[in-house]
Amino acid sequence: MGSIAVIDYGMGNLRSVAKALEHVDDRARVVITHEPEQILRADRVVFPGQGAIRDCMSELQRLELRDVILEVARSKPFLGVCLGLQALLEFSDENGGVAGLGLLPGRVRHFRDGFCSAGVAAPGKVPLMGWVPVRQVAAHPLWSGIPDGQWFYFVHSYYVELLEGATVGVSRYGLDFTAAAARENMFATQFHPEKSQRAGLALLANFARWDGTR
Amino acid sequence: MTDTTLDSLTKRIIPCLDVDAGRVVKGVKFVDIRDAGDPVEIARRYDAAGADEITFLDITASSDDRETLVHVVEQVASEVFMPLTVGGGIRSTADVRRMLNAGADKVGINTAAIREPELVRQAAERFGSQCIVVAIDAKRVSGEGKPARWEVFTHGGRKPTGLDAVEWAARMSEYGAGEILLTSMDRDGTREGFDLALTRAVSDAVPVPVIASGGVGNLQHLVDGVLEGHADAVLAASIFHFGEFTVAEAKDYMAARGVPVRRPWEAE
Repeated sequence: MGSIAVIDYGMGNLRSVAKALEHVDDRARVVITHEPEQILRADRVVFPGQGAIRDCMSELQRLELRDVILEVARSKPFLGVCLGLQALLEFSDENGGVAGLGLLPGRVRHFRDGFCSAGVAAPGKVPLMGWVPVRQVAAHPLWSGIPDGQWFYFVHSYYVELLEGATVGVSRYGLDFTAAAARENMFATQFHPEKSQRAGLALLANFARWDGTR
Repeated sequence: MTDTTLDSLTKRIIPCLDVDAGRVVKGVKFVDIRDAGDPVEIARRYDAAGADEITFLDITASSDDRETLVHVVEQVASEVFMPLTVGGGIRSTADVRRMLNAGADKVGINTAAIREPELVRQAAERFGSQCIVVAIDAKRVSGEGKPARWEVFTHGGRKPTGLDAVEWAARMSEYGAGEILLTSMDRDGTREGFDLALTRAVSDAVPVPVIASGGVGNLQHLVDGVLEGHADAVLAASIFHFGEFTVAEAKDYMAARGVPVRRPWEAE
């Protein structure tokens, strides 16, 4: 119950995530918005995103959303999705190197660089596009009712390294990477829950009733 | 939980639906389906059946009816929460944006990419490579006993473009296509299986995923597309639509032959 703000900063398809939230909680008031007051007022916040990190950061700057996100990511149930995970990190190698929001310590790398430095052969194509199992390496209310090792839908070329103390879901594509990270009231996924059929909807339903504590 | 596939990206099975003026054509025959032409109903069935993605191919001729497709995509994306690709008649970045905003995850560009390759670069820069699929219709043009060569065709395989299909796929991925949907016009509709040599030649030449399409008549063809054609995903229409095989049967068959596939939660 309550209101959920889906942050609209011009990066990708927000309709699907909003519809999925409405689908799992018909009492939720879901609003797609870039108005700081609306975001600050909402009970829960979703930070989605697709595309390139530089555009993402500059749009957040232009719309004066940077401080708003830093604020809500520390104060209310907060869900980052895809680029909305990567932007939380300190630094991304994408676009020649871009500083992120720094809410999670760590770095975003390209799969090919990762394969190279890990000394592994590429297991397949990049972007990684499709369904990969997620190992739940730490308990979390958002995993509630979802069997360990469920498949989720991923589409990405850059990945978040494993984060000590913050990675709660791990997937493997040649190397282990962060499929989901969490800290206090913040949860973020590399996969798209809004496109992951039953498992994804279960995670969103858990988010819609999450109080932000572990 | 299936153990063997736990550490890998699974190969995708993608049912493809032809849409004309907002209705699914070439009939889908699910048991007890209320409306065989309703895209939402059919998408819901494939969602429940464990399909990994759905592709809508707009075969509408008129631009008025294209608007209808936007509404179809909106409706489907409001009710079915799985990856959705839309192709057919995409001519501009505005068309791409309209489909993405309606709820499509990926947009297929075919003829417009040939006419204006920069469109692919612009769309990939604007919206990200992950949502730009370049669709290629290829036909074998080399004679018997000659080294195989395939050419890109348009207009349902009637119009040659002079472009080498393998080179074209490589060029499109350089321009930012995040995926290639490769259809063999020689095999499309024949039920003789994918053109495996074509699929392998393209798949091995590009760094991005390749969806094999055209010619599926049985489940072994799906396995061959992955293991011999090196495809990352297989697209099929009639074998699923007419109820010959279910998606689950296809996955059982593929898994038994060593292809990693996803099992929907329900089936466990």
